[in-house]
Amino acid sequence: MDPLVLARIQFAATTIFHFFFVPMSIGLVFMIAVMETMYVVKGKEVYKTMAKFWGKLFLINFAVGVVTGILQEFQFGMNWSDYSRFVGDVFGAPLAIEALAAFFLESTFMGLWIFGWERLSKKVHLLCIWLVSFGTTLSALWILAANSFMQHPVGFEINNGRAEMNDFFALIANGQLWVEFPHTVLGALATGSFLICGISAYKMLKKKDYAFFKNSFKIAVIVALSSSFLTAIFGHQQAQYLVETQPMKMAASEGLWGKSGDPAPWTVVAAIDPKTKENKYEIKIPYLLSFLSYSKLNGEVKGMNELQAEYTQKYGEGNYIPPVRTTFWSFRIMVAAGSLMILFAAYGLYLWMRKKMDRPNKGYLRLMLFGISLPYIANTSGWIMTEFGRQPWTVFGLMTTADSVSPNVTAGQLLFSIIAFCAIYTVLAVVMVFLWVKVIKQGPYAKDHSDDEHSTDPFGKEGYHAVS
Amino acid sequence: MLSLNELWFILVAVLFIGFFFLEGFDFGVGMATGILAKNDTERRVLINAIGPFWDGNEVWLLTAGGAIFAAFPNWYATMFSGYYTPLVVLLLALIARGVAFEFRGKVQDDRWKKTWDVCIFIGSLLPPFLLGVVFAGFMKGLPIDGQMEMRAGLFDMVNWYTLVGGITVTVLCFVHGLLFTVLRTEGDIQNRARKLAKQMLYPLAALLALTGIATYLATDIFEAHGAVLSVLALLGLAAFLLAGYFLSRKRDGWAFGMTGAVIALAIVGVFAGLFPNVMISSIDTAFNLTIHNAASGHYSLKVMTIVAVSLLPFVLGYQIWSYFVFHKRVHEKSHLEY
Repeated sequence: MDPLVLARIQFAATTIFHFFFVPMSIGLVFMIAVMETMYVVKGKEVYKTMAKFWGKLFLINFAVGVVTGILQEFQFGMNWSDYSRFVGDVFGAPLAIEALAAFFLESTFMGLWIFGWERLSKKVHLLCIWLVSFGTTLSALWILAANSFMQHPVGFEINNGRAEMNDFFALIANGQLWVEFPHTVLGALATGSFLICGISAYKMLKKKDYAFFKNSFKIAVIVALSSSFLTAIFGHQQAQYLVETQPMKMAASEGLWGKSGDPAPWTVVAAIDPKTKENKYEIKIPYLLSFLSYSKLNGEVKGMNELQAEYTQKYGEGNYIPPVRTTFWSFRIMVAAGSLMILFAAYGLYLWMRKKMDRPNKGYLRLMLFGISLPYIANTSGWIMTEFGRQPWTVFGLMTTADSVSPNVTAGQLLFSIIAFCAIYTVLAVVMVFLWVKVIKQGPYAKDHSDDEHSTDPFGKEGYHAVS
Repeated sequence: MLSLNELWFILVAVLFIGFFFLEGFDFGVGMATGILAKNDTERRVLINAIGPFWDGNEVWLLTAGGAIFAAFPNWYATMFSGYYTPLVVLLLALIARGVAFEFRGKVQDDRWKKTWDVCIFIGSLLPPFLLGVVFAGFMKGLPIDGQMEMRAGLFDMVNWYTLVGGITVTVLCFVHGLLFTVLRTEGDIQNRARKLAKQMLYPLAALLALTGIATYLATDIFEAHGAVLSVLALLGLAAFLLAGYFLSRKRDGWAFGMTGAVIALAIVGVFAGLFPNVMISSIDTAFNLTIHNAASGHYSLKVMTIVAVSLLPFVLGYQIWSYFVFHKRVHEKSHLEY
């Protein structure tokens, strides 16, 4: 098999898997920080129990996110060494800063948070979880700065056959970053809050610890609605940026071969045939593509055929059209999942405001249990659209994926690593789900077995209270 | 005046010293869970002794990787693609080890715990061994061609010299971890850790001596840096002897510091021996990767220097603080998280 194909399969598989856990971590830790803040401010034990219960789920998830992240950093050198040589000067910097500024922060304060409940004062302990939250977000910022460079390269010049950084601030001020970062982080908050909503809904359906989960639901549904709504807003911003910087990705995600006409209609569904370069059948909504692209009701959007001709002139012979069907459908799946998220959360808040949550509304609670899957669908399809839509480029306009792969890594080595990573990732996924179900079933007031088989330290805080 | 290329070479060395000093002991404690601990409670005590730290320690490796990517992209590309298969194994080990800490205590079942205990043991044993093999390979030289591509067969990577390097690093981490165990525990397990550490000093001495002689015989790095390396070797010998002395006097903190010094001196030795190369080509010395031909441009190095110099003090500050917060010894009656 072709090493390029294998390297792409491995990158896609390991990155998608890693990105199941990252948004969940960013979102959950934020929610936990909010809960612990309420504990510190209001002093009610129930909020501490909340932070600890959701914290347990978070830690299982965080562990998988962290260990799969190590591979992400090494993979650029292992599978994409020519890419690393070409852009290391620019791309390596945000990656190194991510480790230095964010990984140290989140891992150190995570340790302090887990082990520090009895050793640190309430306020310092609270500060720890906020620093973890800040660290995870900062990590997203730097990795997306690196990704934004791939989507829209800025702040560099080509010297001696490689990209060299000449303006670090341009890299940070990259317009792509400032639409991609809020969109991704808000999507992560939505992921975490929908998860809490869904699990709370499940427990409310089972009528277990009703008051506890009703409260968790309440806090989460507010974040769920505001973050999914804002994610959509920034998604819209991102689409407009796309028209300017990567028109081919835009055209592919619309299945648009020829000119769109002015005003441009939006294609809801289409039967795309990449061979004949036409759509057999399509349903369109007038004006909508113009609005998506320019925030006004007129304006034309370029099609793939026209862009292909432009790119051939600019970059030489080649196929510059990405996998159209994947890009088209992943975009629609993302938008559909996102829209459902806004509706589900809005309805939840409506029920809440009308004080209808005191008795289980079975239909809605089941819907919210299903709702856990929506952010995952949206996150994954969003990234598939972003990364497939950029093909054949690794760095848009500068370097193709075919040129990026390691020339000295054989298909056999790649096959070995794909099988090994997929096997271990499958085990991780199974174990994680198993542990989650176990923790959820036990509920927030389960006896903490980690304290089994020992009496309290007579000189510790607990012992003092036990005696006095 | 130090050039930025030299500064970044030193910074990478510093990150690896931080990594082997810190994660070195938690690898060692991980090995001790399979060798020293008699039962589940003792294993839990050991794991909790490194509980708050191991994740932060591992970041030193990630940061070293990131720093090499940013400052020496060609080094990063050559090393990571050339050592493909060993790195896959390293990653699998680190993945299994990382989740095992979190997972093992979540289910009260013997078979469940045993499975994750195996992951912790192997996951703590393999990384120092593999990294020892990789670093020894750097010094001995690897088939790197004119395009900076390393095309190494199994025996280029694994041979008697690199095996000696791998085993030495592993045993050094083990002893370092035993001394950390002495510092962080009390009672029976502490006594046994101290006793085992004392016994392990003899094989460790033999391995360190063997590595020194083998390096002299198998590599040519003594030709360029003989004087510096001899001084480092003498300092290492002194630190090693002091470790034994402090251990017998029960000055545990000092003993731990001395095995840490041996680790640090060994890394300094590797980097001083390589300088100004970062990887040596066994095909032609003209193909060596150096701190110049492997490096990023001046602007990039300057930016990274400003970032690193302003962030590192904070990182060191809060990491030291976290060790201070958890300075109390762990014993069977403490709150055990994992």
